Amino acid sequence: MQPILELQNLEVNFHTLDGVVHAVNGVSYSVAAGKTLGVVGESGCGKSVSVLSVMRLIPDPPGKIKQGKILFHGEDLLEYDDKRMESIRGSEIAMVFQDPMTSLNPVLTIGKQLTEGMMVHQGISRKEATDRAIDLLTLVGIPNPAERISDYPHQFSGGMRQRAMIAMALSCSPEILIADEPTTALDVTIQAQIVELTKSLQERLGMAVVWITHDLGVVADLADDVVVMYAGYIVEEADVFQIYENPLHPYTLSLLKSLPRVDRRDQNKRLATIPGFPPGGLTVLPGCPFAPRCSFTVERCMHENPQLLPFEADHKVACWVDVSTGRER
Amino acid sequence: MQATSESDVIKLQEGFKAQALTPKQLVWRRFLRHKMAVVGVVLIIILVLYSFGGAFVFSEADANYTETSIRLSPPSAEHPFGTDTVGRDILARTIYGGQISLLIGLSAVIVEVIVGVLIGAIAGYYGGWIDGLLMRFTEAMFNIPQLFLLLVMAKFFGSKIPTIDVGNREFSGSVIVIIVIIGITSWMYLARIVRANFLSLKEREFVLAAHTTGTSNLSIIFQHILPNSIAPIIVSGTLSVANAIISEAYISFLGLGVQPPTATWGNMLEGAYNYIDSAPWMWIFPGTLIVLTVLSINFVGDGLRDALDPHALVEAK
Repeated sequence: MQPILELQNLEVNFHTLDGVVHAVNGVSYSVAAGKTLGVVGESGCGKSVSVLSVMRLIPDPPGKIKQGKILFHGEDLLEYDDKRMESIRGSEIAMVFQDPMTSLNPVLTIGKQLTEGMMVHQGISRKEATDRAIDLLTLVGIPNPAERISDYPHQFSGGMRQRAMIAMALSCSPEILIADEPTTALDVTIQAQIVELTKSLQERLGMAVVWITHDLGVVADLADDVVVMYAGYIVEEADVFQIYENPLHPYTLSLLKSLPRVDRRDQNKRLATIPGFPPGGLTVLPGCPFAPRCSFTVERCMHENPQLLPFEADHKVACWVDVSTGRER
Repeated sequence: MQATSESDVIKLQEGFKAQALTPKQLVWRRFLRHKMAVVGVVLIIILVLYSFGGAFVFSEADANYTETSIRLSPPSAEHPFGTDTVGRDILARTIYGGQISLLIGLSAVIVEVIVGVLIGAIAGYYGGWIDGLLMRFTEAMFNIPQLFLLLVMAKFFGSKIPTIDVGNREFSGSVIVIIVIIGITSWMYLARIVRANFLSLKEREFVLAAHTTGTSNLSIIFQHILPNSIAPIIVSGTLSVANAIISEAYISFLGLGVQPPTATWGNMLEGAYNYIDSAPWMWIFPGTLIVLTVLSINFVGDGLRDALDPHALVEAK
């Protein structure tokens, strides 16, 4: 199936006073219409930077997209001019952010913020836009939408704000919804509601979703395919069943081990953790970036960075070691 | 009784809901707590009524009518505020002078706000070399003493603009000159305030969110960020009205401002200078009006500062 969005060998650097930060190093992934791609990894692994590049919203300077292509319907977004990009943002590719508390403008009413995009992109009147906004708020499950539409963001709870943000993202029926850790700031019940909401909306509207998270539980529920990112590289890529059934990269394995399980009650055991932190943006390791924290490290890992190579059909991994045997492949 | 559907629940709870205040109502309530500010508002209303309502009692011809036989006469029943050096009625002149002084105060601030907001917003939002250029220009303007600039520009442009007719009234062209001059010599503080505000606001996530919905830069500047920094602009603008009135009085007093026969509170003081002892009514009345206006505007500005500050502590009483 033809992917609707495809990143090819994307490389993004930030030129800071301390030196060049390699945020994204040759990342490729794609998502097809109606499918959901989960992008997982710890904080600072380049997940957000890769999707902000899709929106062309990397602050420049200091950020620079050094190379790569971002194909939307086969056309490279990086070659679009600013005007054309503005018309794509919000209408064809929409985005939801992590913190609903800060992503809404505190001095504008919810209704004003919801209708603006529709009036710009679809050229409809304020009256029509308001009617649609009320429908959208109903769709995302906000009670009493006709009245709440003239509320200010501080009158909404956190969960309601995120629903309003999703309504805003959906307002122009985008083909792609990018969700950058949209549930991280919310509690577990609201998180589950937002995930369910996204699933049902996706089914109804048939859009592609790119869902960034560091919560593998959410991914299991939502995604069709999963990309695992570490230090700006993709270390493993597979469909969601393969990732959970047959993880091939030690990093994926460690992430899964650090998840609490409801079906196992080892009450005396602490959860497994990964020692240390991901390398900072200024650290350029000669070998595999995960090697210092990896429990499978062999000699080769320390001075040679593995390529992302297909292991089976639709299952790629970047590792020198076969985790089932613990030996070099 | 337990409701079964969502609409029932809403209906049941609706009747017991206290209406929350809108932000505008909140500001209004906080403003009313500031007693001096309320006094200021009342005084300003009285002064405006005095200047513009008085025009129905006296015509402008009355204000400019000279009768040298009664020059320098003290307050009397016929001339409650006395007469000036050429026998004009001071009461009528304070009324028409008030109109011009208040007009200059307001219009100069409009010029100031437009220039200051534009320069501050563009510098703060775009940053980089645009910011550098605009801020160096602002600093350069700061470095020229405002009074000096006012005097030079007033002298340079003052005589070049002919009188203009608005409606049935004739204004000395110097009114427009003074408005523009005061406006363009006082925008720098405002530009700095607005720039500082924009610098911090543009990094906020809601601006990024606005970008992702395809909002254009212009609309982000004026519709998303500017409403967030409206509070300091209003406060600074209000206080500037007082400053503009004083500046006008200043240059008019030095004889370079609005030219007679058009009266302003400032140029009425000019004529009084030589008669401080012998004819005090000539400066007491316009002087008091200037002081009252400036004081009440400053009170209102203070009240607005507290009312518009979202962090201001308000105890509910």
